[in-house]
Amino acid sequence: MRRFDYHRAETLEHASRLLAELGDDTFLFNGGTDLLVEIRERLRRVRNVVDIKQIPGLSDITYDETRGLTFGALVTVGRLERLPLVCQRYPNLRAAFASLGSIQVRNRATVVGNICRASPSADTIPPLVADGAFVHIYSRTNMRVVPIAEFFTGPGRTVLAKGEIVTGITVPPAGDTAGKAYIKHGRRKAMELSTVGVAVSLSMEEGVCCDIRIALGAVGATVLRAPQAEAMLRGTRLDASAVRSAADKAMEECTPISNVRASADYRRDMVGVLTGRAIKQALETFA
Amino acid sequence: MKRMVEFTVNGETREMAVDTCRSLLDALRDDVGLTGTKKGCDVGDCGACTVLIDGEPVNACLVLAVEAEGRSIETVEGLQPGVDTLHPLQDAFMRHGASQCGFCTPGILMMAKKLLDDNPRPTDEDIRFGLSGNICRCTGYTKIFDAIRSAAREMEAARS
Ligand SMILES: Cc1cc2nc3c(=O)[nH]c(=O)nc-3n(C[C@@H](O)[C@@H](O)[C@H](O)COP(=O)(O)OP(=O)(O)OC[C@H]3O[C@@H](n4cnc5c(N)ncnc54)[C@H](O)[C@@H]3O)c2cc1C
Ligand code: FES
Ligand code: FES
Repeated sequence: MRRFDYHRAETLEHASRLLAELGDDTFLFNGGTDLLVEIRERLRRVRNVVDIKQIPGLSDITYDETRGLTFGALVTVGRLERLPLVCQRYPNLRAAFASLGSIQVRNRATVVGNICRASPSADTIPPLVADGAFVHIYSRTNMRVVPIAEFFTGPGRTVLAKGEIVTGITVPPAGDTAGKAYIKHGRRKAMELSTVGVAVSLSMEEGVCCDIRIALGAVGATVLRAPQAEAMLRGTRLDASAVRSAADKAMEECTPISNVRASADYRRDMVGVLTGRAIKQALETFA
Repeated sequence: MKRMVEFTVNGETREMAVDTCRSLLDALRDDVGLTGTKKGCDVGDCGACTVLIDGEPVNACLVLAVEAEGRSIETVEGLQPGVDTLHPLQDAFMRHGASQCGFCTPGILMMAKKLLDDNPRPTDEDIRFGLSGNICRCTGYTKIFDAIRSAAREMEAARS
């Protein structure tokens, strides 16, 4: 493996200072499931890693009815996947977590690392975008909270400035009128990156859809919303014909590319199929 | 750069100076001398390097040795309850022919141990899900599943 130096940060301030002082080619080291792979496959030049896993206060998970679900930067995908609250209230997140890598990978990989890597095919991003999650960001001069849809600026790129650290994520509360789903589509069931991932979060009042967000993974430079498809569905009863035309609209709204996993045309077709299927699955919550 | 680390492997405390960019997998194999844990891919794909850290299965190739500080690590060498006795999983793997070239076996045994410790009566689906991060290129998996089912029954019988 290419050589790098290892630093252990004691506090957020310390980590942020190390990032500034050690200069370029210095990266935060969380679960390491992206970083160590990228070092080994020589996809990223790394001189220093700053381990943040000893920083206190970044491993908490809390839930309350007004704020929702908040978890720290060190919380692993596996820990959240096994949490009864996530299984019961956030089936969309649960589906994304259970589909990421293997049990071994999930015991190390964090959700915060997954969003910071900003891969267009990252599984945790579509349901977090559909749920309207918030990202908490620390810097030595200014703390800020960014809606997750504004966090990504391109493939592998985020709004994070040098020295900024994500401390956690808040997902709004899951009310009784909410239905949620995430469907990952790959060539096989396990150990597979998604070819297309579709997340739907909606709420229903007296049989009418009062809000819906559709997030599409792996069909654009970042995870995309489908705003026109969403607008076509708000105020409807989500009957089959409304869903059909909205799914067609979502196919127009995505911007897939062809790569080793699938062609652009196939991805677009799957957006149509999976959008319909995800809406149906989200509605099953009320059945 | 080197750093001192202290951790336990299969119950035995070890203290050593390790290179900070060394993986736990390389440290176990080359520094500690426990070569049971295998290196298949070195990037988290195959599961051959699976060990338990504080009871949780991880890919040792995706952990740095310096991160083992203060932790308890279990490898396949620790599976045998005594010098001349086998763990029921090891015994069942031999009887069912669940190991051919054997390269995947240490990782699969550790994963299967964790599975049966948590869930003594796994369904076939539980076994498949539990092993989805472990690749075997020889057996076609059928004999591995047979061996795990059989070990589960024997462990259950031994408890009652
Ligand atoms: C075999 C295998 C299978 C996988 N399968 C999937 C899959 O199916 N779906 C999927 O979505 N992903 C998959 N992944 C990738 C997934 O494991 C990672 O994206 C993981 O979630 C990243 O989290 P981490 O804690 O390991 O991050 P790290 O690797 O430690 O870090 C990732 C990046 O985020 C930065 N970072 C980490 N923490 C912070 C922070 N607090 N603030 C700012 N920046 C930070 C790091 O500097 C680095 O650039 C797979 C990985 C492997 C090895
Ligand atoms: S060697 Fe670690 S998963 Fe393949
Ligand atoms: S026995 Fe050869 S890889 Fe499994």
